[in-house]
Amino acid sequence: MTPATLLADDFTAPGPSIFDFPPIFAGGPSWLTKPVLFAVVGAVLVIIFAWSAFAKPQLVPRGMQNIGEKGYEFVRDQVARPFLGKDAERWMPLLLSLFFLILLWNFFGVIPLIQMPIASHIAFPFVFAITIYVIKIYLGIKHQGFIGYFKNMMFPPGLPKPIYVLLAPIEFMSNLIIAPFTHAVRLFANMFAGHLILAFFSAVGFWFLFDKLTPLGAPLGVLGVGMTIAMTGFEMFIQFLQAFLFTLLAAMYIGGSLHSDH
Amino acid sequence: MAIAATLLAAEGAENPLIPHTYELVVGSFAFLVVFLVVGKILTPRIQKTLAERTEVIEGGIKKAEDLQVEAQQTLEQYRAQLAEARQEAARLREEAREQGAQIKAELREEAQAEARRLVEAAHAQIEADRQQAVAQLRAEIGRLSVELAGRIVGESLEDEARQRRTVDRFLEEIEARPEAVR
Repeated sequence: MTPATLLADDFTAPGPSIFDFPPIFAGGPSWLTKPVLFAVVGAVLVIIFAWSAFAKPQLVPRGMQNIGEKGYEFVRDQVARPFLGKDAERWMPLLLSLFFLILLWNFFGVIPLIQMPIASHIAFPFVFAITIYVIKIYLGIKHQGFIGYFKNMMFPPGLPKPIYVLLAPIEFMSNLIIAPFTHAVRLFANMFAGHLILAFFSAVGFWFLFDKLTPLGAPLGVLGVGMTIAMTGFEMFIQFLQAFLFTLLAAMYIGGSLHSDH
Repeated sequence: MAIAATLLAAEGAENPLIPHTYELVVGSFAFLVVFLVVGKILTPRIQKTLAERTEVIEGGIKKAEDLQVEAQQTLEQYRAQLAEARQEAARLREEAREQGAQIKAELREEAQAEARRLVEAAHAQIEADRQQAVAQLRAEIGRLSVELAGRIVGESLEDEARQRRTVDRFLEEIEARPEAVR
């Protein structure tokens, strides 16, 4: 909460400034902020989880392996296979890493005391989106040829010739410029907005029940707390959905580059 | 975006659409390490295990199917053998019955033959006895008749040959009369 909110007599909703963090400790390096710290913590936790689940896999799964396998099978059956078909297994390492890391980073948005969705800082979704973008173009040129890749992308066969005047630039824009941007921004914006919503309702609850407890304001505070709880549940769903969607789009882009069937 | 920018300016916050360079670096590093450990080291392990499990399960199913087929075959075999055994038993029973009947018939035949033989032997014996009796009687009757006739007539018939002829003729005459013999 900004100092302005605390000092003013009227309630002020939390703004985008809640995403700005100073260094964790005074005098520390400016890059060592909360999102950076928890990005690393998240990566370490994903590695620990995956290690405990997959390091010594058993034919009959026990404990963590069960959970890990559920995750693996989810990504394989819902993401990899529908878009990559027989190449699914080959791309599972990338897709699984992507899914696990994004999911845990997203869940940090509702985990008490952390309460910081890492992807609400656009740099992190950008890293993923750019990686996928590079892989997409590399695979496209490798599998369809330099000319073929752009020809398949911009001039899909079977349309009347004048249409291409319109279609070719649109396809070029959509595939090479807009797609990576929307890929990253979709994840970022969902986490950003979700965090803002949670911050808003918790601020309402805190303000009207603690900071300025009045008979008139109290019900509003209770409503704020109730909404915070409800939105936390909803947010968990969105966090999962966005991790799934991001991975799904990655698989779709990779699949599209491997097979020029459209 | 223009609105957002204005809003941000008003709040004095950073533009959330501009990535921090250090976050790009940390994000790339985190993603790379996760990819190397989770993707490159761990994922192949679980893939291998899942493939092995599939094989084991498929093998198990195959084995179970084979066993079931085998069991079915054995059952069929046993049923066939049972049916065969039943047929065999029925056949043996039938054969035994036939043999029994045959033996019974043979025994009866033999007994009847034996009986016939005994009866015939008895008949022959009786006939022989009768013949002997007739022969003895003939001689006796001849002698007695001659003696009787000699006594009645008072003269001895010297010529024995004539005497015998006379007796024979007399007896033949008697034999020629059926009522005299019976």
